[in-house]
Amino acid sequence: MSDYAIPSGWEAVIGLEIHAQLATRSKIFSGASTAFGAEPNAQACAVDLGLPGVLPVLNEGAVRMASLFGLAIDADISRVSSFDRKNYFYPDLPKGYQTTQLARPIVVGGHVTITTGEGKKAKEHTIDVTRAHLEEDAGKSLHEDFHGMTGIDLNRAGTPLIEIVSEPDMRSPEQAVAYARKIHAIVQYLGICDGNMQEGSFRVDANISVRPEGDEAFGTRTEIKNVNSFRFLQRAIEFEIERQVDLLETGGEVVQATRLYDPDRDETRLMRTKEEADDYRYFPCPDLLPVVLDDATIESWRAELPELPDAKAERYQSEYGLSAYDAGVLTSSRATAEYFEAVIAREGSDAKLAANWVMGEVAALLNRLEVEIDACPVPADKLADLLERVSDGTLSNKLGREVFEALAGEGGAVDAIIEARGLKQISDPAAIQAMVDEVIEANPGQVEAYRGGKDKLFGFFVGQVMKAAKGKANPKAVNDVLKRRLDGE
Amino acid sequence: MSSNQHARPDGDATIVNASIPELRRRLDAGELGAAELANQFADRIEALDPKLNSLISRVDPVAPAGEGALAGIPYVHKDIFCAKGTRTTCASRMLADWVAPYDATVHERLSGAGAVLLGKANMDEFAMGSSNENSHFGAVANPWDESAVPGGSSGGSAAAVAARLVPFATGTDTGGSIRQPAAYCGVTGIKPTYGRVSRYGMIAYASSFDQGGVIAKSAEDCAVVLGEMAGFDGRDSTSADREVPDYVAALGESIAGLRVGIPKQWFSDALDPAVGDAVTAAIDELRAAGAETVEIDLPDADIALAAYYLLAPAEASSNLSRFDGVRFGYRCEEPRDLQDLYERTRSEGFGAEVKRRILVGTYALSAGYYDAFYRRAQKARRLVTDHFHRAFEQCDVIAGPVTPTPAFDRGAHASDPAKMYLEDIFTIPVNLAGLPGMSVPAGFVGGRPVGLQLIGRHFDEARLMNVAHQYQQRVDWHTRMPPLADDANQ
Repeated sequence: MSDYAIPSGWEAVIGLEIHAQLATRSKIFSGASTAFGAEPNAQACAVDLGLPGVLPVLNEGAVRMASLFGLAIDADISRVSSFDRKNYFYPDLPKGYQTTQLARPIVVGGHVTITTGEGKKAKEHTIDVTRAHLEEDAGKSLHEDFHGMTGIDLNRAGTPLIEIVSEPDMRSPEQAVAYARKIHAIVQYLGICDGNMQEGSFRVDANISVRPEGDEAFGTRTEIKNVNSFRFLQRAIEFEIERQVDLLETGGEVVQATRLYDPDRDETRLMRTKEEADDYRYFPCPDLLPVVLDDATIESWRAELPELPDAKAERYQSEYGLSAYDAGVLTSSRATAEYFEAVIAREGSDAKLAANWVMGEVAALLNRLEVEIDACPVPADKLADLLERVSDGTLSNKLGREVFEALAGEGGAVDAIIEARGLKQISDPAAIQAMVDEVIEANPGQVEAYRGGKDKLFGFFVGQVMKAAKGKANPKAVNDVLKRRLDGE
Repeated sequence: MSSNQHARPDGDATIVNASIPELRRRLDAGELGAAELANQFADRIEALDPKLNSLISRVDPVAPAGEGALAGIPYVHKDIFCAKGTRTTCASRMLADWVAPYDATVHERLSGAGAVLLGKANMDEFAMGSSNENSHFGAVANPWDESAVPGGSSGGSAAAVAARLVPFATGTDTGGSIRQPAAYCGVTGIKPTYGRVSRYGMIAYASSFDQGGVIAKSAEDCAVVLGEMAGFDGRDSTSADREVPDYVAALGESIAGLRVGIPKQWFSDALDPAVGDAVTAAIDELRAAGAETVEIDLPDADIALAAYYLLAPAEASSNLSRFDGVRFGYRCEEPRDLQDLYERTRSEGFGAEVKRRILVGTYALSAGYYDAFYRRAQKARRLVTDHFHRAFEQCDVIAGPVTPTPAFDRGAHASDPAKMYLEDIFTIPVNLAGLPGMSVPAGFVGGRPVGLQLIGRHFDEARLMNVAHQYQQRVDWHTRMPPLADDANQ
């Protein structure tokens, strides 16, 4: 969570354009594979290369996936949508045009709900989505390892994308990041995008302007391209707001332009101004028929929708009694929710306990290792074993953490670790009574003082018993027995 | 295949002018070998084509596989169709050395039917032109009169068939590019309904108009070949998913009672009176065969022309963007930077007419001009289509001229391209509406052939070819060979 505050007297207006690569096996207009990481140009067929005479054929899987997204955000799915050509020359654009949807996008409208802040400061906002359309990705220019020349890799050319365009509804970097995260979660829940920002499967462009607080008219906006992490998105927007406010406060003006965020220097840099912008000469693509969808098809897709993050979070609250915040965190990504649900899949499991562990120990571990939850070294079933031992009193939370570290480090079975390390909690009342008696006997002065009214000494006795038990005594049992012995006799 | 199996390198007249069914009969009967047939035509190409320049490249004949309807029948492709391993140039410097790495669907189907490819025919560069003078590989002569153009853009295909260098050729028709050269060369050509023949592997000029078809001696031969070429193709989203009727079986039907629409506006001052007389005489033959004629209204040929010359260049400007020197085709020498690579590759690789149309198309699509040009032209296109639909409420086929004049002299329109565009005034409306159209030989004016145009409803090719066939049962224009082709047999 960032502590960033927009300069006082100013308001930021932010809209996002998100490109999500669809997880189809083949490309949007050809049969070539979309898998990431192949040798350059190994996955570019005649159609992707734009050879003379080839024609595109629409991948219906991409239409289904785009529609699922629309249904998930409560948008209208166009009964008729169509493709246009966006014409410009660039070496990684084989045909000299990108096939996209301008006039009639497949998804129109829709909205998502985001939450910013925590606890009492938590606030919900609805962000409207203008549209989402299908288009093809371009290839990549490779500027390294070519001795001053540029290499072209067309493996990515023709990979299906949906471009999700929001309304300029966001007013802070925090809201923008929350919106981007929510879209990221939705496409992953739907299974239509792998969400990998490093590999470029999920790319965010931000349109940013500022205006004096209270003004209705929008300021001049700039667009920041291809920000490849949520942290950079936050930083890039913060930087751009500051830059624009500084300009305006010192009598300058914002120039409509496209800018690039440089994470190494934490700044945005001018890429091109509007004056240099291309005229894309859009026109309807004559090689593709309009996409016509009937109600039955759309309804069959609606029936396919999985439980989405908002619905899941609500269920976690009502079914498991989790707080809104916890439910929100646990459902923020499909992988986290799947992990959590695997931990509590067992009969008699304690969902609140599991929630605390997933958000506490597991999150800390992932942070430390800098890995995603699907690469968590402690698998969900192991954590479930561990929590079973915490619930049945075998382990205290503290001992549980020790077992968790062992699981993360060397792995192994929970019971075997407890056995081998002698971590079993002492809950046997007789054993605890014996230790308590010993402590009372050994400290007659403190007993006197406690009984004389020095309540604070209770902690001293607990510490002494724990010390005698080498930390393994069940704290609750120790408390109970101590209270009885000190207060009762 | 060797060429010493026959004694007469210039060909046997009963073979070079024989119909495809007749050739098939003789092949089946064993009177003729496929290799012998291919060699006869290959030898004619060798002997006659230097005068015509109708072919850009020759292809060594490959013995046909199987027993298809065209087994052993030689042909040439317009050099716009990709055939794996053949140089496929579109008559452009841009693709002068480009060897297609895959087969067009049309090629796949013709090969599957056993047809034997002998070469790739000359054409106007990227199918842009009406005279075949816009070719990087030189102009083509009209076999009937070497001082005349053969028409375009499928000029090489029409000239090759007219000179009997092959029994048939493929062509493409975007604004008249099959019908106009067929008319100028005295051969029969059919442009099918848009979507009837797959465009996959046919290098695009204007995608929403381009349609592959056949140029042959007769309607009967067109029916045989089109039956093999046509049909749905999953690789072309605009191809029509509907059955292909048996075109040959439909050729026997009587045309008694057929309603033939005559567009009154097409017989105006713009039409050479002698051409008008020939076309009228042809329509009289249809009447003599039992057809009725009705006058119909097609008032917007001039609007169609204007719309076409905005829409087709607009699509072309985008379709031809891929020729950028990056991945294939011509690349300028030593480009300084990316911009220089683009500018010089395209300036040097494209000819004047192609550049003219790219510029016009780019302009028509530009911000601020789109509504005035592209959008209005689309409206005009719908208007023209509506008028055809209205006309077809009154008639079954439309008959009229293919072109306002017979073949013009080479170089006649070199200084005024807009004047040459007028040659397409009767063919272009058909492309705007996506209808099937034919050109049928209908006589001569000043020694140069004249064509009768027949236009049908969408997917009514069977009827169209039968009407042409019935006409050809009554006349012999289509059997006449130009002296050049005939001389070779003397």
